[in-house]
Amino acid sequence: MSVGLLLVQTLNGLELGVLLFLIAAGLTLVFGVMDVVNLAHGVQYMLGAYLAVAFAAATGSFWLAVPLAAAASLLLGAVLERLVFRRLVGADHLDQVLATFGLILLAEEGVKLVWGPAPRSLAIPDLLAGTVPLFGGLRYAVYRLAVLGAGLLVAGLLALLIERTRAGMRLRAGASNAAMLSALGVDVGRLFALVLAAGAMLAGFAGAVAAPIVSVDPGMGGPVLILAFVVIVLGGAGSVRGSFLAALLVGLTDTLGRSLLDAALAGALPPAAARTAGPALASMLIYLLMAAVLAFRPGGLLPARGRA
Amino acid sequence: MTRLAAALAAALLLAAPLAAWAAGNAYLLALGTRAAVFALAAVSLQFVVGFAGLVSLGHAAFLGIGAYALLMLGGAGLDETLVSLPVAVLAGALFAWPTGWVALRTRGVTFLMITLAFGQMAYFVAEALADYGGDDGMPLDRAPPLAGTALLAQPVAFHLFVLLLLAAAIAAARLLGASRFGRVLRAARQDAGRVAALGFDVTRVRLIAYVAAGAAGALAGWLLAVTTGFVSPALLDWRVAGQLLVMVILGGVAAPEGAAAGAVGLVLAEEALSAASEHGRIALGALLLGAALLRLRLRAPAR
Repeated sequence: MSVGLLLVQTLNGLELGVLLFLIAAGLTLVFGVMDVVNLAHGVQYMLGAYLAVAFAAATGSFWLAVPLAAAASLLLGAVLERLVFRRLVGADHLDQVLATFGLILLAEEGVKLVWGPAPRSLAIPDLLAGTVPLFGGLRYAVYRLAVLGAGLLVAGLLALLIERTRAGMRLRAGASNAAMLSALGVDVGRLFALVLAAGAMLAGFAGAVAAPIVSVDPGMGGPVLILAFVVIVLGGAGSVRGSFLAALLVGLTDTLGRSLLDAALAGALPPAAARTAGPALASMLIYLLMAAVLAFRPGGLLPARGRA
Repeated sequence: MTRLAAALAAALLLAAPLAAWAAGNAYLLALGTRAAVFALAAVSLQFVVGFAGLVSLGHAAFLGIGAYALLMLGGAGLDETLVSLPVAVLAGALFAWPTGWVALRTRGVTFLMITLAFGQMAYFVAEALADYGGDDGMPLDRAPPLAGTALLAQPVAFHLFVLLLLAAAIAAARLLGASRFGRVLRAARQDAGRVAALGFDVTRVRLIAYVAAGAAGALAGWLLAVTTGFVSPALLDWRVAGQLLVMVILGGVAAPEGAAAGAVGLVLAEEALSAASEHGRIALGALLLGAALLRLRLRAPAR
């Protein structure tokens, strides 16, 4: 494989990584602070994409659609917190699974009802259309670079918020020991509501910016949710820094693994065998990575402090 | 409550061939068989969730492994039940062993996430099997022969065969649950540290339970493939794993017959709702959400 192609795949991997981080960040905190398992988080990503498509159609502007979709996701997160998630705090994990699985069915079927089952797409805005040249005659889509940049920017803001502000300090404390934080007089319930709504907004934002480069369909949240879970397990529950590291690792392993493995197997195996083994092995890579990390560090790469 | 639901579910399953015959409708029997197969799958999952207290969201992988084992053996002309059924069960156990070992290094929600991830891994592998239809899947050539006879091609005979295996699985789960092994397993659910201090290897006991559940799940997968006559990666979709878990939760996690009743109830409810409306799954989702919130309300301390 040429160096240029390697660079393209690396950029693709980083882009997948930052998107995964945006989704995993809220999820890891909801799980880390309140021990709530939220299977419906992928739905927020899916709804973010649909909302962006709808707002773009209504306003005619991509630049209005993305912030509107993010704001609507925030609102939706806050409403769902009030109606459902508030009651799930401290509940049995089985009840959390039941409730959030019900939410998934509701949302996916509701989207089919409103927008139909056929996949939607969102046009890339003119400003970000086109490609930039990389060396070696390869070109790279501007929009994908913009997604990578926007993702890194949000990740940076989030890091500032978590490392430098009082709310962030409480979040970190909550991820380490929520009971102690509550005993010190912090309203952990409000903190949870904040995290849930903000997490929904981040996932909705990820869905909105991903809408032009993926197929927007009702089932798009599922695979992403599972990847986000892998990220959380790899990074350590409740650890936003861990999630960032793990998200980039998962994104790079997946995209680079696919192309490198294809190239390697094509050389080593007869073509027919390589065609079957390549994709199968490549899709196993991140799970093997997860298994390998867990074998040595059951708590993840960068567990939240105070959690082993 | 559980006992009543289980008795009702058993009566429904036993009456299915009769109803189908009386109404001259093969569809009812097929639905009953499908419900019974999912009941078996739910019983296998209940063993991990209820007895071991491990919430697995990757159980669809075992269904898929059992189904694909039959498909692959059928391609090689080895679909004879006495061969392909044990091989499918063994394949389920062989997948459960290493993945269970890794997943058991964690517990609680992390265990759920990891089993979900391994389930997704199995899904992608099934999707990559280009020789077996890739993501479209493939029909089975025929119902597998049983000791050389075409008995299982008979819908009523196959239905009874499934019921027999279901009854055997429930009996086995109850026996195992009441055995010394089962008591250690349940004690470890309540306090793993104390059980470990008594000298038991908690992880080993749990791993054995997980492997047994995986093997039984693959058995259900083999049966499901025969029921639908079709094998595709959709069997391994994580929503199927979620549905299995929902069946177990709705039926009550404490007893295998509860899980079976939950499965029969959910399969029938889903069928009825999607027959009533194209978007019946909305009602199903609302029902599940409502059930969860109701359970929380009932369990909350009185104020």
